[in-house]
Amino acid sequence: MNLEKNAKPYSDIPGTTVFDAEQSRKGYHLNMFCMSLMKAPNRERFKADERAYLNEWPMTEEQKLAVLARDYNRMISLGGNIYFLAKIFATDGKSFQHAAALMTGMSQEDYARMMLEGGRAYVPVKPKEGV
Amino acid sequence: MARISAGIACSHVPAIGAAMDLGKTKEPYWAPLFAGFEFTRQWMAANTPDVVFLVYNDHATAFSLDIIPTFAIGCAPEFAPADEGWGARPVPTVRGAPELASHIAASVIEQDFDLTLVNKMDVDHGLTVPMSLMFGQTQRWPCLVIPFAVNVVQYPPPSGNRCYQLGKAIRRAIESFDQDLNVQVWGTGGMSHQLQGPRAGLINKEFDGRFLDAMVKDPEALTRISRDQYLREAGSEGIELVMWLIMRGALEGPVREVHRLYHVPASNTAVGHLILEPQK
Repeated sequence: MNLEKNAKPYSDIPGTTVFDAEQSRKGYHLNMFCMSLMKAPNRERFKADERAYLNEWPMTEEQKLAVLARDYNRMISLGGNIYFLAKIFATDGKSFQHAAALMTGMSQEDYARMMLEGGRAYVPVKPKEGV
Repeated sequence: MARISAGIACSHVPAIGAAMDLGKTKEPYWAPLFAGFEFTRQWMAANTPDVVFLVYNDHATAFSLDIIPTFAIGCAPEFAPADEGWGARPVPTVRGAPELASHIAASVIEQDFDLTLVNKMDVDHGLTVPMSLMFGQTQRWPCLVIPFAVNVVQYPPPSGNRCYQLGKAIRRAIESFDQDLNVQVWGTGGMSHQLQGPRAGLINKEFDGRFLDAMVKDPEALTRISRDQYLREAGSEGIELVMWLIMRGALEGPVREVHRLYHVPASNTAVGHLILEPQK
């Protein structure tokens, strides 16, 4: 059944993963692990031994490695949602701008400068034919 | 009878709350933004409502992936500021308006908008940052609040048109409440921004400018913006702007623009703010 894939007019938006039902199913346990970091005692246990804490969750090995590497683009491709992943960088004491810079591959300084200069310009992409 | 005296649109960037909580509002980065809200604070002090009907989105705080309500109305007597991962913001507990909230819920459901009722919920920066911007740092919020959470986390969120029509139903609900209350409706979130992936940092000033203009003069045009268009042109998180349309639907008809602010950037986001008054 390929209905869902066919109904994704947004799949050609560059550099963007839309958190839809398919991503949500893929990322359920990853995102629920993130959610657990809203409690201070869980944050402490995670910080004390990240791998052991991650092993308590039925996540895929790929997801766990992406968390350990703080590879946010990878986490997103594996079903992570940015508002859930925010609990990880909040636990690290990092800002949304820090995480955003990482995902763009820019240094935080260059990213911050781009934002001060008005942000990343919108470049129209023609929607796919027949959508 | 209760009446809607004004509509407020306002972004809810978490870094704005952090700047206030950490005493950074006078720093060069933040000073121009907060200067833009000085008028608002004065206006709000002179026009403090009894109740704010506050449309916002929860950011994986009260709602995880276990339950994702499209529209959820808070009917509790109070709502605590949430610990989102860095400790709760040092802001007062939000006092609810259970009787009015329950009345609105029943009325809106009778008008065919099926809401989720919430009797226990912590509220995150989506709700508390606009409160801080409007009322400043305080020991006690000066009014009651009905939190109204909209799903914009898992796609698809409700359409702009659905939000606008819901706003009209909310107005009928508020105006049929048998107590003399001054109610403001706030629509929060936006404007253009993208927080994820290689395209993070997207800002579309042209889109935002057109949106602000149309909020005042031609809201019906905004109801025709598709989800796909929001994602493309306003960024994956810019789709939060559908929440502004609940507020605009609740004002319905011509409005007077009392105040407008547009500022880039606050962290990753274009901040937009409007004060609108219904024209009788």
